[in-house]
Amino acid sequence: MADAAFLALTVITIGSAIAALELRSLIYGSIALMGTLGGIAGFFLLLDAPFVALFQLAVYVGSIAVLILFTVMLVKRELIFKKIEDKRRKFAGIGLMLIVMVALGAVFIDSGIKTITTDEPAVDFRDIGTDFVTYYWPALILMALILAGSVTGALVLAKREDVENDQRTS
Amino acid sequence: MTNELVDFTLVSVALLGIGIYGLAVKRNFIRMLFAVEIIINAANLNLVAFGRFIPHSGGQTLALFSIAIAAAEVAVGLSLIIVAYRMYQNVDIADFRSLKG
Repeated sequence: MADAAFLALTVITIGSAIAALELRSLIYGSIALMGTLGGIAGFFLLLDAPFVALFQLAVYVGSIAVLILFTVMLVKRELIFKKIEDKRRKFAGIGLMLIVMVALGAVFIDSGIKTITTDEPAVDFRDIGTDFVTYYWPALILMALILAGSVTGALVLAKREDVENDQRTS
Repeated sequence: MTNELVDFTLVSVALLGIGIYGLAVKRNFIRMLFAVEIIINAANLNLVAFGRFIPHSGGQTLALFSIAIAAAEVAVGLSLIIVAYRMYQNVDIADFRSLKG
């Protein structure tokens, strides 16, 4: 059975995930998204993965959420508060969400993973470091190149000046 | 460990459902990016949970790679939002018609 910390984290994570999508203001929405990402970091701590939890906090809550906040601030004021969706689509989306949740949840509950428990000690984060520099080093280099390439590409895209006064603007 | 594997997978399924709802309903580009982030985090939670219960270091390693790639994806996505916003002065995806293939 789950303990109190798990239940609290569940409420925080799922509640702020719904808030991130449903709050009227995009700024509050992105702050709620920070709550979701922090809640996931808490789950990582519960799973005895402190290294991944700190990585999650540094990368997601520290950089991505702030990046999203700054992008939201670049958008016009009335667009931040405007909500664009139609009712029928919303009901269809809620139905889709419930179908996914019930179907996948039933599959998981019915499957054998209910019986999986472990008494073994958690993986030491030193093993992860050793894995990174021995077994996974090509992937690590590739990931570094992808990160560098994507950040450079993002900078080039954001600095383009020829799209400023486009004819298609309405 | 008092928490079981199935609890973590159920939280992950709930987050996946919320993310799919966001992608299906919202027409705001930034909100759709939020939904994608929620789905990626659900996947990471599953990876670390299964890695804890097997137990094997591969789950955490893969989760770390996934987090780093997601950071790259968000950087590109946000710069695309900025370019599209400059072109159309809007963040509604229904207005981005000329981006269709």
